[in-house]
Amino acid sequence: MPFEQLLIEGLAMGACYGLFGLAVVMIYKTSEVINFAAGEMAMFSTFIVFHLLTFYHWPFWAALLAALIFAAVLGALVQYIFLRPAKNPTLLSLIVITLGVEMLLMGFASWKWGAEQKEFSLPISYMVTYEPIKGFVISQWAMAVFIIAAIIMAFLYVFFNKTNLGTAMRATQQNKHAAKIMGINTDRVFAFSWGFSSVIGLVAAVLLTTKTILDPQFMLEPFLKAFAAAVLGGMMSIPGVLIGGAIMGLLENFFGYAWPAWKPITAFVVIVLVLCVRPSGLFAKHWVKKV
Amino acid sequence: MDMKRAYYEDIELFKSGTILFWTIVLMVVLFTLPLFSSKYYLYLFNLMLVHVIVAVGLNILVGSTGQISLGHAGFFAIGAYSTVLLMSKLGIPFFPALILAAFIAAFFGFILGLPALRLEGPYLTIATLAFGLAIMHIIGHMELFGGRSGLRAPELNIGIQQLGWNLTLTTDFSKYYLILIIAILMVLGAINILKTKVGRAFVAIRDSDIAAEVIGINLTIYKTLSFAVSAFYAGIAGGLFAFVLGFVDPITFNFFLSIYFLVMIVVGGLGSIMGSIAGAAFITYLMYALFKNISDVPYVGDFVVSISQRWLSITGIDNLSAIALGLVMIGIMIFEPMGFFGIWIRTKKYWKAWPF
Repeated sequence: MPFEQLLIEGLAMGACYGLFGLAVVMIYKTSEVINFAAGEMAMFSTFIVFHLLTFYHWPFWAALLAALIFAAVLGALVQYIFLRPAKNPTLLSLIVITLGVEMLLMGFASWKWGAEQKEFSLPISYMVTYEPIKGFVISQWAMAVFIIAAIIMAFLYVFFNKTNLGTAMRATQQNKHAAKIMGINTDRVFAFSWGFSSVIGLVAAVLLTTKTILDPQFMLEPFLKAFAAAVLGGMMSIPGVLIGGAIMGLLENFFGYAWPAWKPITAFVVIVLVLCVRPSGLFAKHWVKKV
Repeated sequence: MDMKRAYYEDIELFKSGTILFWTIVLMVVLFTLPLFSSKYYLYLFNLMLVHVIVAVGLNILVGSTGQISLGHAGFFAIGAYSTVLLMSKLGIPFFPALILAAFIAAFFGFILGLPALRLEGPYLTIATLAFGLAIMHIIGHMELFGGRSGLRAPELNIGIQQLGWNLTLTTDFSKYYLILIIAILMVLGAINILKTKVGRAFVAIRDSDIAAEVIGINLTIYKTLSFAVSAFYAGIAGGLFAFVLGFVDPITFNFFLSIYFLVMIVVGGLGSIMGSIAGAAFITYLMYALFKNISDVPYVGDFVVSISQRWLSITGIDNLSAIALGLVMIGIMIFEPMGFFGIWIRTKKYWKAWPF
């Protein structure tokens, strides 16, 4: 495979990881929860699209819209039912709760749809390719990924800087108690950020299914990579996670081309090495615990 | 709640006659249990004991030292593969092989402990997680480790073949006693570690690592030591696990196994050894036995089957255990973050002054 091809495919994969990493970062930014259920929430919503398409024969865009609404409700519900009742949770107990949600959703999805792989066709394909500049072959899928990632980035930029809810989210992230005193309903802000994150996760998952397969475990590895991308980007910064995702995607593609057998772990090994040098990721101020 | 008046009271093994009595009862039950149980339950008990060893070791790391590990399946795998390879390739007798394998696991624990010195929170989580995944992929892709199909465990000969002493354990019944004795020794070891200077240093690091450093605890030594001790336990357990299962393959040691280990100690109670034993037994039972024949249970089974037929799929009924596990994890964290140990403490407190 030529260098340009690897570059474009790697960047597209990286954009997917970055997009999905955004879902992780959104939640971590507002509520300091590492959402291990992010992958399974996205997986469950993707199965809703699949179900509406296969069993009810809805048109694709209607099914996607319905699933987006479902994803938003699911995210808010998970926060409302499972995370809000926890009293003075520690980092570990929050991790365990989200892992519990993950087991729950994965169990239900395998119960409902079975563990076997599904046929799931989308109107975008990575077999159809264009060649806008000579030598740079770009697939329809990669193009869709770049466009959607750009749209979501632009939307998030406007959202965080220009809207009231976005400002409230930033305020909650900076200081929860001060935000409360200023009249922000922080619980509602958390629910909104979970809903948003779940929607972004669904978009990333639908893009990823085109490239991979659909089964109840298909989001596990992308989630781990997206989480690694988020960690690389410092867990807090939105441009950071996209750059982290791009680094993950490129590393995976280039190393994977050189040593195919080790493709799934090269990126992780690099992450650990980077963390040894920069313990708080590439784009964060040093993470200092308060005494 | 039990006030201690002297140093000796803090370090003694049995705090009172009552505890001594119940410990003896427990030992008698444990040693006579296989006489009354079926073959499947013997296998289950063996798994439980193996998981107890891992859970006790993981609790030293997570519960007592306050580090997070989502990669313990990696150490478990290192223990299992090392034991099998040392025995079958180099012909080392069982006990030296097991201990050597545990030391190999401990060495990897030490290696993982080094980056962990600088990492905290999400960063430590991703580093340990990456370690677990890396180990799984390495054993799945190298010829030495049998690749995807894994390795068969050799005969469990606990004698020394070279000297002509042979004692081969073939049944689950005989393996049970071997694992039980090792598990008791490991648990005793953990109880004693936590009462020494080292254990107190671990607890001090958990409560506040900066304060611990200020009072003269060397963080570098004790944090890596905690990882190494914990990995040592996982290594011993892994070596035994290989013989319980009869074979080892990379799929067994996946990410979910690390989650199960973490859940065992969280459900049992962080920082409590009895809690992690109870948690390991409970989670193993939940995962392997509780929902095994759910559709044959009267009433409940019919209900589950009818739900599956009406709304879900009948083939996926095994996933009930994953759902139950998820609910247990969430429920424990919301209602009793201290796990079984917390429930026990509350009950004890309530009955101590009961009529009042």
